[in-house]
Amino acid sequence: MPSTPPQKSSGSTKPPVQKADDVNARISSKLHQLYNSVREEEIPDRFLDLLEKLDAAEKASGRAASE
Amino acid sequence: MSAAPGPDRSGEAVHFKREMISHLPNLRAFAVSLIGSPDRADDLVQDAIMKAWAKQESYTPGTNMKAWLFTILRNEFYSQMRKKGREVQDSDGIFTEKLAVHPAQYGALDLLDFRKALDKLPDDQREALILVGASGFAYEEAAEICGCKTGTIKSRVNRARQRLQEDLSVSGAADYGPDSKDGTLTASAFAS
Repeated sequence: MPSTPPQKSSGSTKPPVQKADDVNARISSKLHQLYNSVREEEIPDRFLDLLEKLDAAEKASGRAASE
Repeated sequence: MSAAPGPDRSGEAVHFKREMISHLPNLRAFAVSLIGSPDRADDLVQDAIMKAWAKQESYTPGTNMKAWLFTILRNEFYSQMRKKGREVQDSDGIFTEKLAVHPAQYGALDLLDFRKALDKLPDDQREALILVGASGFAYEEAAEICGCKTGTIKSRVNRARQRLQEDLSVSGAADYGPDSKDGTLTASAFAS
């Protein structure tokens, strides 16, 4: 009740169907919100550790192979 | 022991690793958006990293590594789904309930409804929508990632939007009504 969305297009107080554009914009914004909330997180250590291990294993086997 | 690997090769490897790390935030975001369950999504990311590492020779430096990684991840996703016989695709909400919110997404309650609606989409539609609508791929790139035609991606995205539209405008009346507590959030969502 405190703040109403700043969109009141027609005279009717209760539009039976929301405008497709509004819904589409909302979908777009929600999708970005969802996606970006994860993207903006720090990369979990488990992945960095994993890459270190893969790298180290490859270097070790590379050395073994070339010797 | 004595034969050090050529500077070229190790330099390339370092570069490969660095570039891969730079794409991980996007790859995770894709996985979580696609799957919902944060744990399962990160497991998938881990599998994708290992797959990518194992086949790094198939990556041509200078080409689109992001798309390359996304392709690996989504192929892994579908092959795991096939193996598991789609048990994860429940529509009764048992799994959906649990997978609904990633810790980073707790902030906005209405995001939960969106998450649920997103999860109800067929995988291929959800995937297309995320690739084009959030990951920033062009339709052509998304088509390449999914191994289908550009037109197919377009129609999947359209159908996804339409379905979400129907789904959210039905629940929208209740969730965005005047007694909604987070009026500011709603307002900002409308504004953007």
